[in-house]
Amino acid sequence: MKPAPFTYHRATSVEDAIAQLSDPDAMARPLAGGQSLVPMLNLRLAPVGRLVDLGRIDALKHAEDQGASIRYGALLTHAAFEDRRVPDGSNGLMPHIGGQIAYRAVRTRGTIGGALALADPAADWLTTVVALEGEIAIAGAKGRRTVAAADFVVGPYMTALEDGEIIEAIVVPRRPAGERWGHYKATRKTGEYADSMAIALNDASSRNVRLVIGAADGAPLVMVKAAAACAQGANRGRVASLLHEQLAASGRDFAPAKLHLHRTTALRALQQAGLS
Amino acid sequence: MKTTISLTINGKPRTVAVEPRLSLADLLREELRLTATHLGCEQGVCGACTVLIDGEPARACIALAITLDGAEVRTLEGLADDPLMSTIKAAFQEKHGLQCGFCTPGMLISSWDLLKRKGALSEAEIRVAMSGNLCRCTGYQGIVRSIKAAADQRPAAAPEAAR
Repeated sequence: MKPAPFTYHRATSVEDAIAQLSDPDAMARPLAGGQSLVPMLNLRLAPVGRLVDLGRIDALKHAEDQGASIRYGALLTHAAFEDRRVPDGSNGLMPHIGGQIAYRAVRTRGTIGGALALADPAADWLTTVVALEGEIAIAGAKGRRTVAAADFVVGPYMTALEDGEIIEAIVVPRRPAGERWGHYKATRKTGEYADSMAIALNDASSRNVRLVIGAADGAPLVMVKAAAACAQGANRGRVASLLHEQLAASGRDFAPAKLHLHRTTALRALQQAGLS
Repeated sequence: MKTTISLTINGKPRTVAVEPRLSLADLLREELRLTATHLGCEQGVCGACTVLIDGEPARACIALAITLDGAEVRTLEGLADDPLMSTIKAAFQEKHGLQCGFCTPGMLISSWDLLKRKGALSEAEIRVAMSGNLCRCTGYQGIVRSIKAAADQRPAAAPEAAR
């Protein structure tokens, strides 16, 4: 037995979970799939007085196709995306991402909402939902609100979630049918957290390009200038120098090698999406 | 304070009293004496403790037992008579798929799940799929050869329908 003692509450509904988490004296934390939180408990890195298990709240486990967008319950597992048990509006990007997070034995239990709430800068879903221009649906004692994925993360392991709030769903707009995507991830070992990752989206019909770099020591970086240049047909050298400029000016203090790595993953993602 | 949970382990219904902080791995090994499930890193990295929870592979060291009320758990002991597992075990013996044997239970469960889900497998696909199971003897060549041999031996190499 590795963790320090804590009490356990199996939440029966979103409202019940919020009530349990809102107790200021309890040092309560929500448990989703537990694939990051339980290792932290085992290592005694995360102090917890009361664990509020969201795992039996059925309302958090469904995906709903809303036409222009798809609403994914926060407790859907990475494997649910990998196995295409939920609708996809991303031309296969989300199933691809779900299938390469960690390992199968982690993907069967780890959840999209849990990964986003932890907000490890290198989390795959974080970069993905920012790239796809998704929204995070949040529920708390004061009611419900929605935050753009790009505004959800405020720093490493820091999110817009306030005490007693949980992620209820992730709403991802359906992407244009002809849009191509590219994804490149640099890791030291298959399944490990990324040293750098990039996602590029290329909708040739509207000449719209979107490029996001993740594992960037904070919120994913949306590379607006390089994407716009790509859309206008800039050559690889020009795009590379724009990437370099924006990374250097991002205030993230990247070491030269890390800056080079981010630029390289971005260029490879663009190339996979049929650009430069 | 202990809470009573009921779950099915290797086909047998069990009712046990657990502390909230008890992992499934410790429940299996220390309370139920099912010691085929090995504990390496105890932080979800090494894969030695991989078991099946509701038919899907999972790390027993980072699954809290208390969350598994009503679940169906299967360990390597519970696959003793499984034909596919027998094929995999024979291949591990034939192709030198283990040295010290510590990682083997996790390797067997992960490869069993892989072979259940997928059809024909290349060596590269096996290496990616097994990347979550570490062998400190670094006996990966033999492990990959064993899984490839077991995959190739399957009748018609037909995977079960995706779950």
